[in-house]
This record gives sequence, C-alpha cells and structure tokens, in this order.
Amino acid sequence: MTLQETGVAAETAAAQPAPLLSLDGVSKVFNGDLVALKGMSLDVFQGDFVSLLGPSGCGKSTALRLIAGLSHPTSGRINWAGGQDAGDLGVVFQEPTLMPWATVAQNVWLPWRLRGAKFAAMKPQIEEALALVGLEKFMDSYPRELSGGMKMRVSIARALVTNPRLILMDEPFAALDEITRHKLNNDLLALRAKIGCTIIFVTHSVFESVFLSSRIVVMAARPGRVIHEVAVDAPYPRGEDFRTSTDYAAHCRAASAALHDAIGD
Amino acid sequence: MAIAETAPTAAAAPIIDAEEARRARNRRRERLGRWLMPLIVLVVMIFLWDRICVWNNIPHYILPRPGLVAETLWVDRLILFKALLITLRTTLLALLVAVIGGVGLAVLFTQSRLFEMSFYPYAVILQVTPIVAIAPLIFIYIQSKLIGMLLCAWIVAFFPVLSNTTLGLNSADHNLRDLFSIYGATRWQKLRYLQLPSALPYFLGGLRIAGGLALIGAVVAEYVAGTGGVGSGLAFTILESSYRLNIPRVFAALILIAAMGVVIFTVLSLFSHLLLRKWHESALKREG
Repeated sequence: MTLQETGVAAETAAAQPAPLLSLDGVSKVFNGDLVALKGMSLDVFQGDFVSLLGPSGCGKSTALRLIAGLSHPTSGRINWAGGQDAGDLGVVFQEPTLMPWATVAQNVWLPWRLRGAKFAAMKPQIEEALALVGLEKFMDSYPRELSGGMKMRVSIARALVTNPRLILMDEPFAALDEITRHKLNNDLLALRAKIGCTIIFVTHSVFESVFLSSRIVVMAARPGRVIHEVAVDAPYPRGEDFRTSTDYAAHCRAASAALHDAIGD
Repeated sequence: MAIAETAPTAAAAPIIDAEEARRARNRRRERLGRWLMPLIVLVVMIFLWDRICVWNNIPHYILPRPGLVAETLWVDRLILFKALLITLRTTLLALLVAVIGGVGLAVLFTQSRLFEMSFYPYAVILQVTPIVAIAPLIFIYIQSKLIGMLLCAWIVAFFPVLSNTTLGLNSADHNLRDLFSIYGATRWQKLRYLQLPSALPYFLGGLRIAGGLALIGAVVAEYVAGTGGVGSGLAFTILESSYRLNIPRVFAALILIAAMGVVIFTVLSLFSHLLLRKWHESALKREG
C-alpha cells in the first residue's frame, strides 16, 4: 500500500495507454472569489474505478459536474479521448432521480428517448439493462412501488442503457440503509465485472471507496483540491473475503490516514 | 405433531389485533359518514327551513317553503334548464380559454424570464381588480355579449391556472434537469418530458379552483350584461325573477347554480384523480 502525493496520475499514465478522460489543472471559481476546485489534474483510464473521497466542500461534486459538462472550468482543460458525445456518460445521483409519472422501463428508456429512439426499438436494450440490475420483472412498475434500493438499481440501469464510456456516480448509496448499501456495493462490482465499465464514484465513506475502487483520489477543502491518491491494488473480483481481509484493513488505514490529512486532523 | 396439526388452522385465520380492528371500523364509519352526514345535515336544514316558514307565517315572496321551490324547479324546468345551459356554456368556454391562456402564458413565462418579468405583474393586477368593477366597462367596449361574458369569466378563472402551472413548471426536480442536460435534451424535450409532467399536479389543482371561479365569473358577467337588457342565463333569471318577486324561481335558479358548481368541482376532481392515481402522492392511498 502506498500513499502517493498528487500529480501521480502522470506516473500511472506512463504505464498505461492514453487516458479515456483527463483533467488538466482544472479550477472552478464561483462568484469571483469562492474557489471550489483548484488545479485538479486526473487521468481516468478505460476500466478504472476511481473514487473521489473527501470532506464536504472539497469539490468532489463540483469536479463531477465539470466532467458531466453541467458547468465549465474557470481554468484548465477537460479532455475526452476522441471527443465527447451525449451518450458517453451515464450518471447516478445521490437520489434515484426517477420520473415518478413514468414506469421503470420508460425511465430507463429516457437517455435513448432524448436521442430520438423509439421505445419498441430500444426495448431489448432496456430489458438487458434492467436484467443486469435484476429488475427485469418490474418493467411496468411505477417508482413508488419500489423500495429505495430498487429505485437506485433503476437509476443504475438508466445510466448503463446507452453503454456509456464513463459512469459518474455521486454518492449513490449514501441515502440507503447499511444492509442495502452493502448489497449494492457487491452488486455494483459484479456489474462492473460483467460489462467492464469505467466509473468515477464520489463518496464520503473510506470503507466503500476501498471496497469498490482501483484508485482513491483524496481531496481537501478550502480550496477544493486533490491532496493524495491511494492505489487499491487488491485484485477483482472482490467479495466478503476481501472485506474481512488484512489487505482490506490496511487499505482502509491508508485511505483513512489520507483523509485525516485532508481534513487537517 | 400438535403444532403441525394446528398450524393450517392458525394460518387460515386472519390475525386482527384490537388496533387493526378499530382502524377497520373507523374506515367503514368514514366511508359511510362521507355521504351520510352531509345528507342528514341537508334533510335537517330543509326541515328547519320549512318549519321556520310555517311557524312564522312567512309569505312565499319573502321566503318560499322548500316544497314550493321544488315545485318551481319542476314547473319552470324548461326555462331553468335553458338558462342553465347558457350559464354552463359560458362557464365551460371560459374555463377552456382559461386553461389555454393560463398554460400558454405559464409556458412562455418559464421559457423567457424577460417575458415573465414584463407581464407577470399585469397578470396579478388583472387578478386582484374586482371583476364587478371591470365588467361594466367590458360591456361598453365589446359589442358581443358572449365574448364580453367570456372575457369576464376568463379574467377571474385564468390566474389560478397560470400561477399554479408556472409554479409546477419551475418545480421540476433539479437532478432530473441536470440529467436532461447531460443527455443533451433540447428545450422542447425538457418542456415535454420533464416540465409539463412535473407541472401536471399543480395545473390540476389550479384547474379545480378555476372551475369554480369560471362559474362565478360567468354569473357576475350575466348580472352585468343582464342589467343592460341582454342575457338569459341563470344569473339573469335570478335578476329578472327578483324584479317580479318570483322568489321561488330565484331559489330554484340558485340551487341550480350551486349544483352546477358542485358538479364542475366533482368532475374536475375525478379528472385529476384519473390522471394522477398511478403516481402522485395526492392520489395514493396509504395503509394505516
């Protein structure tokens, strides 16, 4: 386990092909003087599971919004390998963010619908995405008929349905109870193993970030910035064995130390 | 063995505790009470009304007995029904125009902040100015009585639709808005697939208020137009009958106006329930 200083992305990049996404000295300033993010550099490679870990106000969500194109950097650049298209991204928010007036299938259809695709033509993809999250039998249900965990699965299915190059997840399991969260963490890794997607995952939880990620980017607040990167080199697939292993505990200790450094304890 | 033998019987019998039984009783009582209680109140009120007339020897041109009002409803049914249709037509047309105008303006307001800033204050001014004060002027400037009446009813009815729909269009979940932006939705797609469905419960709430207000607007307009010598709706019937001291007919027309208001509200509530019953909190039944 190594605790690396920021800017280490360059080292990783040297050993790998060109990054899928790279942030190059990205800063975001609000109202002229509120520095939400300062000089963030990060390379995300195909198949990475990168967690952004840090206290509130450290710019995790700002970074995600910038990557999603919902906001533009004040300075610095965000580069996509081969340019960006609307279907390149899948997004999962902290809340399931489903349309309550639409059925599960219609919710999952949304990214395609906005690209002009008919429901009938997309039905196989919708079914497949729902099958991946184990909800193929709930296509005609309304969100209110589902539990919190099931709603989140629908949200994940919607993010997957266009087969995006990158999935952004902004504390998706934070509002769920511990048991559901535990289960969805396992399911997310199983899903990733099946479809090999690249994920940027925002979280407050050291344990969650260690269990899920291949790399943890630790951020500090005021101004929001990257201060450490922790590589979680345990192999996938990871299951209950990993959760109870000394390796997991060691990674948690390292991530925790980096987080304390970020908080300034 | 004993457990195995008794288990099926225990499973077959529903387990109802005291609290559950009380809740079920309350539910039954409430279902019955919802219809029965107003009916009992109505019967008592009619009885009291009748007795007051008899005990005080009140003449029918001051306060007719309920029986006489019922008789007038039947005897004058052709005149009253014709008048009812005219008032109903004005009300429904005004409601239709209020919906088109209210929703149309709300959409324009949410699409252009400049448009909203320019016109919203005037919509408020139009709403807060009493219609009885504007109506005479309307009938001076507009020759067609139908259009004049429609305009009066529209002024009263359109604001709840406009105000509620604007609120609803602006209340779409901000994460869903972000999601639509990420997926490259056009302005039209955001309006159609996100803002309009989000605004539906708000719009329907406004519509129920507007239904009653359209009737009030139509009645006021008929009063004003009627004083000019034109009009034959229920409000004009009330006016004309009161001049002739035909008070039973005044009551009969009043009852029809009130009944029309109740029917409009009920139909709009039903319409709202049908549209929202599958997904909106307001239309969902809860356990317990």
